Amino acid sequence: MAKIIVVTSGKGGVGKTTTSAAISSGIAMRGHKTAVIDFDIGLRNLDIIMNCERRVVYDFVNVINGEANLRQALIKDKRAENLYILPASQTRDKDALSVEGVERVLKELADDGFEYIICDSPAGIEHGAFMAMYFADMAIVVANPEVSSVRDSDRILGILQSKSRRAEQGERVEECLLLTRYNPERVEKGEMLGVKDVEEILATKLLGVIPESETVLKASNQGIPVIHDKESPAGQAYSDAVARILGEEVEHRFMSVEQKGLFQRLFRRSA
Amino acid sequence: MPLLKSNTSADSPTTATFRLKGGLFPLTLLEISRFDAVDFEQQLRDKAAAAPGFFKQTPVVLSFDDFAGEVDTLALADILTICHSQGLLPVALRSGVESLEQQAKALSLAIMPASRVKPAPDLQIEQQTEPSEQTESSASAANQSKTEPTEPCQLELSPTDHVEINHSPSKIITTPIRSGQQVYAPGGDLIIMAAVSAGAEVLADGNIHVYGALRGRALAGVKGDSSARIFCQSLEAELVSIAGTFKVDEDLRKEHWKMPVQVGLDEQTLSITPLV
Repeated sequence: MAKIIVVTSGKGGVGKTTTSAAISSGIAMRGHKTAVIDFDIGLRNLDIIMNCERRVVYDFVNVINGEANLRQALIKDKRAENLYILPASQTRDKDALSVEGVERVLKELADDGFEYIICDSPAGIEHGAFMAMYFADMAIVVANPEVSSVRDSDRILGILQSKSRRAEQGERVEECLLLTRYNPERVEKGEMLGVKDVEEILATKLLGVIPESETVLKASNQGIPVIHDKESPAGQAYSDAVARILGEEVEHRFMSVEQKGLFQRLFRRSA
Repeated sequence: MPLLKSNTSADSPTTATFRLKGGLFPLTLLEISRFDAVDFEQQLRDKAAAAPGFFKQTPVVLSFDDFAGEVDTLALADILTICHSQGLLPVALRSGVESLEQQAKALSLAIMPASRVKPAPDLQIEQQTEPSEQTESSASAANQSKTEPTEPCQLELSPTDHVEINHSPSKIITTPIRSGQQVYAPGGDLIIMAAVSAGAEVLADGNIHVYGALRGRALAGVKGDSSARIFCQSLEAELVSIAGTFKVDEDLRKEHWKMPVQVGLDEQTLSITPLV
């Protein structure tokens, strides 16, 4: 049985695609056969972040419409051996997705031996986002530590637990929160919501905190998912999150200002 | 049927060794219409073979409402012994017959009031409150003497699963109410065992209880019940309303903000009082 994980947020620009790329790469690097599907039909980005843009021949919509088979459309990732990307169509719109079509593709992937299927949701709460979350077993809700993003995440969680297939069957979708662009120094100054605040508002399990980092932007511009950057705190934080998805107990990091930073500041002040 | 008991707690909680709480348990009624020890045991055994899961220390209430024949000559102890041998635990008696009740007392069985109205023919499970100690005492009291009863027996045993009995139209929600969601409890109370997020709306014809933070909108007594109230563990609401009289966030922030409160309607104005 493949585990279907949707990466969603409601709000745009919080890091869904970055997260989808990092998490899917991380799971694949740990030896699980993984597919990542771009549900953002018409605004496809995942292939750029995964640096396979020029290798796209057929896409998700082609497979749904029967114009290509899954094998033709799946792109094998060059860095992580067990990872395959199913890109979105840039020339269609989200209405090209149907419940039956998406279900068929997901089933085909599962039958093909994929263990994890990551669905990269578009922003918003319309058809595209709904299609991405409908079949999910687990949802990673990506939020930035600011009120509007947290509010949108709350809305998405509500839709998830009432409109998804699991909800229709009276079950719950496993939900967890990934806080991205986190800056402990700004939290300390009161300019940013803290982890505790967000956890309290959303009342959901914390999957991880990804610290704000220049390496994230650099990585996506270079087309290398940030999880491959083992030096950067963001990459390490994503690795921790992957470990937690796979059931390991890993202590949360990058949530407070580092002690070293404090000494440095004291030193700077006295100098 | 004594279906509800109020919660009673001991006076001094620090020194108390126990506390009494109301409980509601589904109990099966074993309606005995005829009794012959051999037939009774055989028929019970057959039933047990058909539904072994059910005959595992299952508490039952003995009922002789439909008993044909001389009730007074029955020996309850024998019935208990046979029941125990098949995995049933009679915990109470329902008959209204003096002689049986005397025996039940001696056997430490609880006594249920006799039914005034005959139950529907296909619904034989009843829900009754039952102190659990009774189960053990009756079990030990029952390993007793044997006598030969005379009448033939017939046995009706009801289906195993519990029957849903709805006492009130109250609605209980155990998951958080998220932004954009709306929950309405028509004709009763709404009880939410989690937080109500900002941007969510909860409504009830009766009271609203929120065992968590109330951050969204809560409207109680929406059909005009001015005695309705709102209870919450932390008042952070966007709006609270009782029977159409409301206060918004700005007014609410002045006092008791983020405190456990109840909201009621007092002479056309909302009163917000802390819950101690």
